[in-house]
Amino acid sequence: MAGVQVSDVSRSFGAHKALDDVSIDFADGGFYALLGPSGSGKTTLLRQIAGFDFPDSGRITIGGESVERVPVEKRRIGMVFQNYALFPNMSVADNVAFGLSVRGETKAVIETEVQRALDLVQLGKLGGRRPHQLSGGQRQRVALARAIVTKPRVLLLDEPLGALDKALRVDMQIELKRIQREIGVTTIFVTHDQEEALTMSDRIGILRDGRLVQEGPPEEIYNRPKSEFAATFLGDANIFRGDTTGDGIRLADGTAIVAGVGATLAAGAKASCAVRPERIRIATDAGAPDGNPNTLKGQVSKRIFAGNNSTYFVERGGQTLKVIVQNTGMERLAEGQDVVLRWSPESTVLIAVN
Amino acid sequence: MATTRILEWLGRLYIWLLLAFLYLPIIIMALMSFNVSPFYQLPFEWTTEWYASLWQNNQLISATWNSVEIAVITTVICTVLGSAASLALFRYEFRGKKFLQALLFPPIAIPWLITGTAMLIFFFGVGIGRGLHAILLGHVALALPYVIVVVSARLQTFAPELEEAARSLGANQWQVTRRVTLPWIMPGVIAGGLFAFAVSFDQFVVSYFLATPGQTTLPVEIYAAIRKGFTPEINAVSTIIIVVSMALMLLTARFFKFGGEK
Repeated sequence: MAGVQVSDVSRSFGAHKALDDVSIDFADGGFYALLGPSGSGKTTLLRQIAGFDFPDSGRITIGGESVERVPVEKRRIGMVFQNYALFPNMSVADNVAFGLSVRGETKAVIETEVQRALDLVQLGKLGGRRPHQLSGGQRQRVALARAIVTKPRVLLLDEPLGALDKALRVDMQIELKRIQREIGVTTIFVTHDQEEALTMSDRIGILRDGRLVQEGPPEEIYNRPKSEFAATFLGDANIFRGDTTGDGIRLADGTAIVAGVGATLAAGAKASCAVRPERIRIATDAGAPDGNPNTLKGQVSKRIFAGNNSTYFVERGGQTLKVIVQNTGMERLAEGQDVVLRWSPESTVLIAVN
Repeated sequence: MATTRILEWLGRLYIWLLLAFLYLPIIIMALMSFNVSPFYQLPFEWTTEWYASLWQNNQLISATWNSVEIAVITTVICTVLGSAASLALFRYEFRGKKFLQALLFPPIAIPWLITGTAMLIFFFGVGIGRGLHAILLGHVALALPYVIVVVSARLQTFAPELEEAARSLGANQWQVTRRVTLPWIMPGVIAGGLFAFAVSFDQFVVSYFLATPGQTTLPVEIYAAIRKGFTPEINAVSTIIIVVSMALMLLTARFFKFGGEK
């Protein structure tokens, strides 16, 4: 097991810069998510770490050892592919045994280790099956067992849960996390699913257009996004744009918004404020003021009921704001109703606009 | 209901006619190889005389062995070279790859008569000349594109991630090929090999051009024999070949379910 350091890695394909000077530290034993939209470079970065592709410049080390020119088969990594990539001509047990067998382990060692790995992923009895006789979730587990049986220094997962349906995905998220804790392997997984990244990882790296936008623990990125992109890609956010006033921004119509967190900016510069939809309190006109300086008037244009919560779309000054309200059994607001939105400065993140 | 039954019946008739069309001449020939009369005369009288005299016909026997030998060597060479070429075309990007792939198809379409003439002239020009070695060279050249086309088609269904998965588990290039890629493309390799064998074993035109009088292949020898005057020994040798090749085909079809299961 080992940490992974990526330093100033760039990779271009023709004129397209897939990775642009990316540096990121993956500490030993951590669970990392690389999150980004398609084309953001997250898979390219994973393939550099795996050794399927080599960077044009920059350094990659695994456990302190420089590997940027070492081919994948010599890196001692484990990888789970999006479509599992199980060998169709081999049984489940032979699939899992493959890594040990090419390494020349004895039959006895292989048998013990394969059984242990299959037990770990709770497929102890299915060793004799063929991949095509398994369900999607089972194949996923076989792929995982195959990747960890060789005791890799790093476990790489490329959208591992993308092909599963929602309920199974949630099960596998928990399962994956349990297994990772149990074996303690440094794990890096690529996903475009923000929920997956939030629930599973210790740290998240958000990528966009080949650049690392922000990196940190999920809560930190969620609560203190450093860019509009980070704010809207990880979770949902209402974005207000205006000029900085020192403790917030002033919108074009003169309304002041007070921000309690985020960047410190000199007055006068362009800036934005991000507010999470669930941080905004919505009330009808009649409600008493609650002391929050951030108050806006608007009109409900749409309501989407989602069981445990409702999302209100509120029109205000040509902007549609989202407000999420927990379903506490209170009377719902009608579409077309005038409302007042209030939220605290602590819920408002000031973001520099570049 | 009545129309359905008539259609069903017509369908069956069609299949039987088709089979008769394909197999009747062969069956008649096989029967006549056991008939006393050398002139296809009935009534049928059983004899193995033609098989006995075939055994004495050294020319026909040696031509048969020549054919088998050349076909087997052609098959081995083409299967190995063709599969390797297909893998290279599948795995690597290089300059002129598209052009090279496009160049693989025309030789299949060029009439063998023309290829044969060209080979004859060329082989003379560069000093290869005629003979069994020239025939073998010609057959390899003719059969190679078939193997590449068939194996490449099979490779189209191969998921490249499988090779990546194998490499990530520490397998070197050779282990990846032997344990992951080859098992997947094996039906294509076998089918390609059968094609190569058929192209070589059936080959008349190119062999005819490149053969020397003492050293010929079976098709050339049969042609020469028929021109001299037909003998039922030819029925006999043909029957043996049909039985052997059909048995081979059935065996391969049984072990490698072509086209069917992935």
